[in-house]
Amino acid sequence: MSQHPSAAEPQITPELVASHGLKPDEYERILKLIGRPPSFTELGIFSAMWNEHCSYKSSRLHLRGLPTKAPWVIQGPGENAGVIDIGDGQACVFKMESHNHPSYIEPYQGAATGVGGILRDVFTMGARPIACLNLLRFGAPDHPKTRHLVAGVVAGIGGYGNSFGVPTVGGSVNFHTRYDGNILVNAMAVGLADTDKIFYAKATGVGRPIVYLGSKTGRDGIHGATMASAAFEADAEEKRPTVQVGDPFSEKLLLEACLEIMARGCVVAIQDMGAAGLTSSAVEMGAKGNLGIELDLDKVPCREAGMSAYEMMLSESQERMLMVLDPAKEEEAEAIFRKWGLDFAVIGKTTDTLRFVIKHKGQVKADLPIKELGDEAPLYDRPHVATKPQAPVDAASLAAPMSNADALVKLIGSPDLCSKRWVWEQYDHLILGNTVQKPGGDAAVVRIGEGPKGLALTTDVTQRYCEADPFEGGKQAVAEAWRNLTAVGARPLAITDNLNFGNPEKPHFMGQLVGCLKGIGEACKALDFPVVSGNVSLYNETEGRGILPTPSIGGVGLVADVTKTATLAFRNAGEAIILVGETAGWLGQSVWLRDVCGREEGAPPPVDLAAERRNGEAVRALIVEGAVSAVHDLSDGGLAAALAESAMAAGVGARIENAAGGTPLHAWLFGEDQGRYILACAADRAEAILAGLRAKGVPARRIGVTGGDSLTLPGEAPILLATLRRAHESWLPDYMAGEIING
Amino acid sequence: MRAAVVTFPGSNREGDAARAIRQATGREPVHVWHADTALPVGVDLVVLPGGFSYGDYLRCGAIAGRAPIMDAVRAHAARGGYVLGVCNGFQILCESGLLPGVLMRNRDLRFVCRMQHLRVERADTAYTTRYAKGQAIEVCIAHGEGNYEAHEQTIARLEGEGLVAFRYCDAAGLVGGAANPNGSTNDIAGIYSDNLRVLGMMPHPENLIDPLVGGTDGRGLFESLAAA
Repeated sequence: MSQHPSAAEPQITPELVASHGLKPDEYERILKLIGRPPSFTELGIFSAMWNEHCSYKSSRLHLRGLPTKAPWVIQGPGENAGVIDIGDGQACVFKMESHNHPSYIEPYQGAATGVGGILRDVFTMGARPIACLNLLRFGAPDHPKTRHLVAGVVAGIGGYGNSFGVPTVGGSVNFHTRYDGNILVNAMAVGLADTDKIFYAKATGVGRPIVYLGSKTGRDGIHGATMASAAFEADAEEKRPTVQVGDPFSEKLLLEACLEIMARGCVVAIQDMGAAGLTSSAVEMGAKGNLGIELDLDKVPCREAGMSAYEMMLSESQERMLMVLDPAKEEEAEAIFRKWGLDFAVIGKTTDTLRFVIKHKGQVKADLPIKELGDEAPLYDRPHVATKPQAPVDAASLAAPMSNADALVKLIGSPDLCSKRWVWEQYDHLILGNTVQKPGGDAAVVRIGEGPKGLALTTDVTQRYCEADPFEGGKQAVAEAWRNLTAVGARPLAITDNLNFGNPEKPHFMGQLVGCLKGIGEACKALDFPVVSGNVSLYNETEGRGILPTPSIGGVGLVADVTKTATLAFRNAGEAIILVGETAGWLGQSVWLRDVCGREEGAPPPVDLAAERRNGEAVRALIVEGAVSAVHDLSDGGLAAALAESAMAAGVGARIENAAGGTPLHAWLFGEDQGRYILACAADRAEAILAGLRAKGVPARRIGVTGGDSLTLPGEAPILLATLRRAHESWLPDYMAGEIING
Repeated sequence: MRAAVVTFPGSNREGDAARAIRQATGREPVHVWHADTALPVGVDLVVLPGGFSYGDYLRCGAIAGRAPIMDAVRAHAARGGYVLGVCNGFQILCESGLLPGVLMRNRDLRFVCRMQHLRVERADTAYTTRYAKGQAIEVCIAHGEGNYEAHEQTIARLEGEGLVAFRYCDAAGLVGGAANPNGSTNDIAGIYSDNLRVLGMMPHPENLIDPLVGGTDGRGLFESLAAA
């Protein structure tokens, strides 16, 4: 270790430490750990490893409560992605990850590299990606930046996924003023692998070559992970140089080359260079394998001359991989990479020293204990306060300010409930020829190869519920994902979670994280729906204002036979419509209360997990039997919104009877009680289906009949489907064309 | 019908094209790499699949049009062989000089992926015998640069000589207006070479071969070829 930093390297001062996002006590921890002041490069390495994004220092303690195991879980959290067994020797590999801050600063590249990063996480494990999804949250439509951000993010997601060649089959887009300065871009990727050919980051064997693959290293993205771990101030846009630039073409080549050398048995360990680039990937490989790592940075392929060790260790240039290869197959692997026109360089070796040693131009730039870099990262039990519960809203005391028909047209043409066709038509959702159910339904269904198996995929969270009651909101996010998978006929298997929250150093926001995690854990346990991968994004705050707590849930379910799925569309006239689940008319935190009455208040609907499971299993059985012709889950906008969506989908209307009983009609129509579905079935089968449901203890009643070119709500004039469709389809294109200023 | 599918770096629908050929002909197509300089002996049909060849950071298809394999493809076409270019493959055919014109950015400057009807302009070519003239078939599109343009005289010649293969239309077969997704001249979705052996088209018939996944209207094109 050179005791004298070179002239080019700044002195370590308290200001320099602070600018690396390290708190004084964290710096003390470094001094104690290595027994001397760190070099400039080492300071950079610590800042990369100990930021929130990489170390989970605020969330780790609370993540421990999540259920991560089930007989079908092959790999839970802690690897590049989660892995579940889907039978027949096949595994599904998936994860969701945020790219929030970069996407706000530079929406196209931020979103594009978010997609690139998550795809890399999946194919690093040996899986070929078969689908992408996303969950996007933007600021209020009338915020001056929102339109620009929507346009850029959607184009960026499409630009990367379309070129890479994976269908983007699902997602969720909402707007709220609390995301004005801090949008959310969560991307999920799903891949397929053979269960006996999963690749991991753990390095084995001393003296083995460490190989750098993919694109060259440049100066982009330096300190990206550190930026992702800080709140934004007014100068957010000055951080543009920390955003990486994506190259989907290189990633596609990297995918094909990686899968080819994996198939030839060349790979011992593999890790993608994502957040904190070379630093994080190398440390992870060594620490997991109980090995030291020595890197010679003179060998790193660089895009520009004169890069320092510090820059190379912190660059987040995209489309790069680190591998430990079987030395006997090094030449074979190199030939494959050359064929694909990718860089291939041996840049170091594994050692038995348990040290992380960085050499550059004949100097040792860093020499750190490798395991402690990860294991000794700070762990905080941050103070947290629970969100004060709100009283339930009494539906009977709420007068409806407009007719139920007008309210429905308004809601299905509102920013949150309107058709997102403008978004998903910019994503290639049909490539690979296996998209059995495309965007716009409850869950996407993707066939596996030539079938008959398929995967059902969804992303969900209802952030306003989480804000009002983090525990119930956390439960609901999981239950909603489970319900959406169930509604297409899939058996829900596992989730990935992407926890987007505000500043964890503020007890209120920390309390939201703690509460949501408890709710998520409880729902996952009750529904046998474990968490197998995830990502935590904290400090989603701009100028002191935090986002709504948004724990995005990406759910995966198995469809045994893709010819037996359900869609939400009413297909035939004269069929019975059945409402499944208990309807109390819960209006607290409903979109009706917010968008029709202008009130964001009340306790959110509670989730009865036992009823959720009971109702869902009964509905799934009906789908598998082929007893129902349409199934739709009830969520935002309640029964009325669901009926409108089912009627619009294939142009078959419906007439609904007043089955509200003692519930005020507007609450019956727009309440957001959980654990509910609507079904359509042949009229002569309705009684048998109702009897079967009731025998299982599932509340169910007949509420109407399909047919006609309009939707008729009880006591209202018929609403033409054309009117509904115009409202539903026009808001987003009109808004993006600049024809609507206010939401 | 012996088929070869060319893979360029950045191609991404080569598997979809191969699947459609396999289903229609019962035979696996030969896979050809962009850096190869010859086609396998006995190949009747060369498919240039969809994708973003070489990233398409330059004009779409511009680099692929000059790839080593393209000399062999041009020679194959000159011998009267069949060449089908879909999406990026159509762009490559235009860039390689095998078809006239150019694919510009879509009218509204956005990538668009959706189901799309096409009107079959003639049913007497090797690609369309399983369709009827004037039939509206439903396939899908997925492109950002599909707005076909060519010199006025070229368009007049294509129209006059019956070289327009498909036009964008609605479900009833009516062309024009909102049925045109990208601003393409005369609603052109695909064109033939003078000898009707080379077909370039933006839409993806290869993704519409299965009743479970959108329908089977694309299958006819591959079945026509199989019978040719």
